[in-house]
Amino acid sequence: MIQARVTVTLKNGVLDPQGKAIEGALGTLGFDGVGHVRQGKVFDIEMDGADKDAARKKLSGMCEKLLANTVIEDYAVDIL
Amino acid sequence: MKSAVLLLPGLNRDRDMIAALTKISGKPPLTVWQTETEIPDVDLIVVPGGFSYGDYLRCGAIAARMPVMDAVREKAAAGVRVLGVCNGFQILLEAGLLPGALMRNASLKFVCKEVSLEVVNAQTCFTSQYEAGQIIRCPVAHHDGNYYADADTLARLEDSGRVVFRYANGSNPNGSMNDIAGIINESGNVLGMMPHPEDLIEPAHGGEDGAGLFRAALDIAA
Repeated sequence: MIQARVTVTLKNGVLDPQGKAIEGALGTLGFDGVGHVRQGKVFDIEMDGADKDAARKKLSGMCEKLLANTVIEDYAVDIL
Repeated sequence: MKSAVLLLPGLNRDRDMIAALTKISGKPPLTVWQTETEIPDVDLIVVPGGFSYGDYLRCGAIAARMPVMDAVREKAAAGVRVLGVCNGFQILLEAGLLPGALMRNASLKFVCKEVSLEVVNAQTCFTSQYEAGQIIRCPVAHHDGNYYADADTLARLEDSGRVVFRYANGSNPNGSMNDIAGIINESGNVLGMMPHPEDLIEPAHGGEDGAGLFRAALDIAA
């Protein structure tokens, strides 16, 4: 069994109104020194088999086809 | 001309769309469920609004991967007219039938109100009953209507008359780039728009500004 983590984040330059709101809320809570906040998504995915390279390839396919919208988002695949 | 309305779980504006098409064309549209792999011979396919799949993952993302969308892609390539409204627009973008993406409204708030729309391009098969530059009224109701495209795509859309509707008179409700409210594909047969023309087609709605779009799309004289 392979345990993978896919992280999807907004591309640089794409406005992130939700990240901005979170940034503001952190300031409101008194956390100082907070710079830009960007919101993303994490997917933990279990996969059958032990071939990590094959899994990585399959996961990239999943990102391209569904998990990320590559118009606005980048993705990273990690095998844990 | 015949029309069809796609049905997917979580859409909720399908009944308004069916009512509008029935009223304007005099006959009810066919309905096509998401698992269908073929769409009957029609002249107009409409993807209505709502919250398909609960907006999970991204608005329209899961709906865009359903079997029926391959059939829509085939029909669109064959020149059949396709209209996506609100969530339907999001679905067409996620399906790659139109360029760009719709992001969370800049205000982070759901907006439900009337806006002013400028008909930027009146030479499409959907807008031929309006005048270029005409301002029409149209309701909007959405949380994710903030149109985004990279600079090249945006320039290409603007330069080739593919921005069909723009929010006018400062009524941009969502932060969309260039006040974009609706765009069309390169071939001119696939239109996506956030506002709901189906909700302003008869006097009981308080106006008929949206009716011209459906009459034009169905080749019904004004």
